[in-house]
Amino acid sequence: MFEGSVPIAHYLTLSAVLFVIGIVGVLVRRNVIVVFMSIEIMLNAVNISLIAFDHYLNLSNGQIFSFMVMCVAAAEVSVGLAIIIALHRNKPTVNLDEFNLLKW
Amino acid sequence: MLLKLTCLVPLFPLIGSIINGFFGLRIGKNAVGIIAAGSMALSFLTSILVFIGFLLLPEGQHIFEQVVWSWFGAGDFSVDFGFQVDPLTLVMMFVVTGVGFIIHVYAIGYMHEEYSFYRFFAYFNLFASAMLLLIMGNNFLLMFIGWEGVGCCSYFLIGYYFEKKSACDAGTKAFIVNRVGDFAFLLAVMYIFNIFGTIDFSEVMHAAPEKLVYAGEAVTIITMLLFVGATGKSAQIPLYTWLPDAMEGPTPVSALIHAATMVTAGVYMIVRCNALFNLAPMTMLAVAGIGAATAIMAATIGMTQFDIKRVLAYSTVSQIGYMMLACGVGAYTAAIFHLVTHAFFKACLFLGSGSVIHGIHGEQDMRKMGGLKNYMPVTYWTFLVSTLAIAGIPPLSGFFSKDEVLYHALMDGNIIFWGMGISAALLTAFYMFRLVFMTFHGESRVDPNVHPHESPKVMTMPLVILAGLATAGGILGIPLFHGWHILHNWLEPVLHFDLANALHHSEHILHEAGRHAPSWAHLLDPKEHNIWLEMFLMVFSACVAITGIAAAYIFYIKRPDLPEKFTKGQWGFELVQNKYGVDELYDETFVKPTVEASNLLWKECDAKAIDGSVIGTAKIIGWLSKQAQAFQSGFVRNYALFIAVGFISLLLIMF
Repeated sequence: MFEGSVPIAHYLTLSAVLFVIGIVGVLVRRNVIVVFMSIEIMLNAVNISLIAFDHYLNLSNGQIFSFMVMCVAAAEVSVGLAIIIALHRNKPTVNLDEFNLLKW
Repeated sequence: MLLKLTCLVPLFPLIGSIINGFFGLRIGKNAVGIIAAGSMALSFLTSILVFIGFLLLPEGQHIFEQVVWSWFGAGDFSVDFGFQVDPLTLVMMFVVTGVGFIIHVYAIGYMHEEYSFYRFFAYFNLFASAMLLLIMGNNFLLMFIGWEGVGCCSYFLIGYYFEKKSACDAGTKAFIVNRVGDFAFLLAVMYIFNIFGTIDFSEVMHAAPEKLVYAGEAVTIITMLLFVGATGKSAQIPLYTWLPDAMEGPTPVSALIHAATMVTAGVYMIVRCNALFNLAPMTMLAVAGIGAATAIMAATIGMTQFDIKRVLAYSTVSQIGYMMLACGVGAYTAAIFHLVTHAFFKACLFLGSGSVIHGIHGEQDMRKMGGLKNYMPVTYWTFLVSTLAIAGIPPLSGFFSKDEVLYHALMDGNIIFWGMGISAALLTAFYMFRLVFMTFHGESRVDPNVHPHESPKVMTMPLVILAGLATAGGILGIPLFHGWHILHNWLEPVLHFDLANALHHSEHILHEAGRHAPSWAHLLDPKEHNIWLEMFLMVFSACVAITGIAAAYIFYIKRPDLPEKFTKGQWGFELVQNKYGVDELYDETFVKPTVEASNLLWKECDAKAIDGSVIGTAKIIGWLSKQAQAFQSGFVRNYALFIAVGFISLLLIMF
């Protein structure tokens, strides 16, 4: 029922919307886990735009690059979660604003 | 060639000083003593070799210069690190190394109980080295280095017992008072450079008659500044106050530095610059006047003091006054002659007083001595010989030298100078025998718990040698028959001065400048050597000396109650005993305002203005960083916001 493919503008819009949701999540939410998830959303928003351009320009660079981003994201998740657990051991909370000791 | 050894003479004591200073504590006292005295002995022997080399110079050559290296240069001005040997230098070299060696040996015995034995000898050798640099340097700047070097070592050694407040204060006083003179000396050197374009002694002295106008402004200012320098180093009015206080140092220091060598540096310098001083009659008058006034004033103070070393210190001031008087009337030979004999007998007197102090365990007050001649015979006899020498009893050395000074004061100066000189001679005989009688004769007033004893041989041998020199030193200048005056003939090349030629040049310079030259013809009248007058003066001053001794005998042996009667409650006596209040006057006029001004500068300028500006700058930076600190809130979301805002603004700027 769709003639051809979805125009690139739709993908890009989706990507932008997800990215903004991610930014706003990082900025406004206090829960560490949610902030973390928001960062993942931002990464994936970028992935979407990479894949969209890849398909649109008929290249394969974008796909490879998105794999790289996923790898980074996976590594980031493992380190990030470890940090969160370490934090939680020191302070029984997930409220990001409680962790404000690292300043002068 | 033997003269090539010249540069070694000051080098030996310097090496000794370095070894003792750095390794003295490790190598032990005996080694320190051997190195210190040995370096002086080597220096003395080298001086003899240099002397022989000098005698072997071809006829008519009276100066040898050895440039070790070129010190520095700027434009067409260059200064060499070089030594100069001429008859005057040789005389001084023998005094410094010879008497210095004897005093070093003595000090080994005198200082043996001290813990910082090595420190003493390191400074002592350093002093000898600096003094040799002073007398051997071939230009004014090198002389100035030595001049400052001896002042510095003097400071170190006066403050040798630095645990004692009075010793520290005395050292500081000596240093600061000397600075006044040193500053004037430095100004004189600059002025000399300004006029001559060089500061080499032989060049300056050679060019002086051609470039300077007789009695002109320039030469008067230069010589006046040099003389102020000399008053500082040689303890003349008005800068003499440091020398009596300098007696806080160990006695060998008083003997070597503050009697025999350093304090005569001013006299040496004036004689060295005789070509300049001969051109400045006004300065000469000032030199003679100050010298005579110092001689008599110090002698009066010396009569009233009770500290054995202080009496000798004032005696030194007084005797240097004689030397200045001699310089001032143009009798440079007499000045150097008196310098040499004074080095002998005053060194012997100081060392003798050190032996006395050593023998009664550190007591210096003559009121607590008396009757010591049976306990320490060697000290007594050598002391007596030197006292007779300084009092001017024939045929001891002091008699000849002092008479020569007085004779020239009368012939080349005027009767006032002579009168002051002869009065000072009377006082000298009196206070010196007062010292001898109070210390060695009469009833013993020594603390009964103290058992006086003679000093060891290492201390008495130097005394005997110096007493021998004090006896025989007069041979250098037997005055009666023309041509017999060894020192006069020897120094002739240095002191030779053609006044007629200088006046001729001065007239020429003035003429070119379009000014009228005054008549100087009377200056060239020949002066006759009046043997009969000199004979009469000799007999007269010998009588004066004997009168002084007799007076001391009456006052301190026959009728010991008399001094009490004469002095008690007399305001005149009190005034003199308080040294005419000069110290207090200086305290009020110079020291206190300086201290107050320094305090003001410290508390207002330094603590408030300078520290305030520095601390203020730091505070401003601190305040700024306080403001910047707000950005580091510790809230992760804040940081994220900054990142986002930064990124967005980057985008906005780029597109």
